[in-house]
Amino acid sequence: MRGLFLASACVCIFAVGVICYFLFANGLPFFAKYSAWDFITGTEWAPLRGIYGILPMIVGSFLVTFGALLLGAPIGVLTAILMARFASSRVVRVMKPAVALLAGIPSVVYGFFGLKLLVPFTRNMLGGNGLSMFVASILLAIMILPTIIQTSEAAINAVPNSYYEGSLAMGATHESSVFRAIVPAAKSGIVSGIVLGIGRAIGETTAILMVAGNQARMPTGILAGVRTLTVNVLLEMGYAADVHRESLIATGVVLFIIVMAINFIFSFINRRRVVQ
Amino acid sequence: MTNFAQNSRAVHTPGQDDAGTCFNIQDVNLYYGSFHALKDIHMDIPARQVTALIGPSGCGKSTLLKSLNRMNDLIPGCRITGKVELFGEDIYAPQTEVNLLRKRVGMVFQKPNPFPMSIYDNIAYGPRTHGVRSKVKLDAIVEHSLRKAALWDEVKDNLKKSAMAISGGQQQRLCIARCFAVQPDVILMDEPTSALDPISTSKIEDLVLEMKNEYTIVIVTHNMQQAARISDLTSFFLLGEMIEMGNTDSLFSNPTDKRTENYITGRFG
Repeated sequence: MRGLFLASACVCIFAVGVICYFLFANGLPFFAKYSAWDFITGTEWAPLRGIYGILPMIVGSFLVTFGALLLGAPIGVLTAILMARFASSRVVRVMKPAVALLAGIPSVVYGFFGLKLLVPFTRNMLGGNGLSMFVASILLAIMILPTIIQTSEAAINAVPNSYYEGSLAMGATHESSVFRAIVPAAKSGIVSGIVLGIGRAIGETTAILMVAGNQARMPTGILAGVRTLTVNVLLEMGYAADVHRESLIATGVVLFIIVMAINFIFSFINRRRVVQ
Repeated sequence: MTNFAQNSRAVHTPGQDDAGTCFNIQDVNLYYGSFHALKDIHMDIPARQVTALIGPSGCGKSTLLKSLNRMNDLIPGCRITGKVELFGEDIYAPQTEVNLLRKRVGMVFQKPNPFPMSIYDNIAYGPRTHGVRSKVKLDAIVEHSLRKAALWDEVKDNLKKSAMAISGGQQQRLCIARCFAVQPDVILMDEPTSALDPISTSKIEDLVLEMKNEYTIVIVTHNMQQAARISDLTSFFLLGEMIEMGNTDSLFSNPTDKRTENYITGRFG
């Protein structure tokens, strides 16, 4: 029986190991042919002329993710607080499956929703052609909500009730006990939820591709189009060959490193706070 | 029922100073759903004295304690009838501000429950909640409260340290200091030493004896020696009824009720 558990665990570790290996094995040769510095800091992406600069996409990924967080993190965390500490059990019984359903909707369906509703709405209300960073961020914000809500809610529910009682017993109101005793105690779990959300946002592809415009140039404004690292790979992988193809895999490598770096930074911050 | 009323009157008289009655409990019945947890309780708890509530597990002593600062409001299905007056004000009256009540009637729990934040922030939590913002004032409150809880010398160099990192006994004194910081009239203690070692326990008992100069203390304890050591009055509970209440010395040396005698001589419980 123990062997079975071990084998299951090994499958997981093996998968991670193999993915890392092949990503780097296929992505790194590109840097023998093209300077890594020019690749990361170049602002022009013109594969036909042999120019591979992905800075616009790096910036695009960060901006879209940042926009999604700006909107999604507060809504998600406040929803989690509501579900854990304010809503009646009847409301929670409705909300939980709703949030879970939100998590289960395929990206392409989100994309349709964005394309058919958010894009025209933005075009009519705010101008531009609608295919924009703005819409991509809103869509992503909705997509990361379930991740943030579920993780934060679990973290808030895991806070011992004794903190809450201790706070009430000093004459604090329900609201103030929740926000000043419970939520701070759940902070590391909430931050984990947000980091998972960042991971989801920065890795999302299909839905963004459908609403972001995807121009491979430096973003010029929130109503202008933007191309992210993920979209860059997906759009061109179908027909790219040789160095062009390798450059796309290298784009994947950069994306992978960014996601890893974000995770490491946050787990480092979290750990340091615990030690303190 | 009538003889409880007599008991509660008898409690008033001997050997007490004139700080008056803190809690006046009249005809209190409390139910958890259909379970009748407190039956016809009549009791006067004098101010600036230590009143101990003793009795076997499930006798209702903690329930009564929680009804004094309305922490029982949190328990679903809990219903109370009768009257509990704090210095003459009915604390179950509809216009009662529960938060203000709890500010006046602090509570120390069985298991130390400091917040997972610094020692300083733990003490400053209450005052901040009640609107104190000035750093100078907060510093003063923190020092004063910690000194009163005999904890200042042990933690003064580490006020930024997490309260989770100090010992259980220190945590409990921190929780007591946290109560002081909101300047209550009464401090309720729910078996405050049951999770602590003997040395920490004796520190807390010493503290309780000092506290009664300023505060009314109501303490629930399983430990009869503790009740004998620190309380002025003792009240014995059994199966939701208050059997007997009197001066601690006389109750322990000369109980009037057979059941009290059986309990304090260790025949059950």
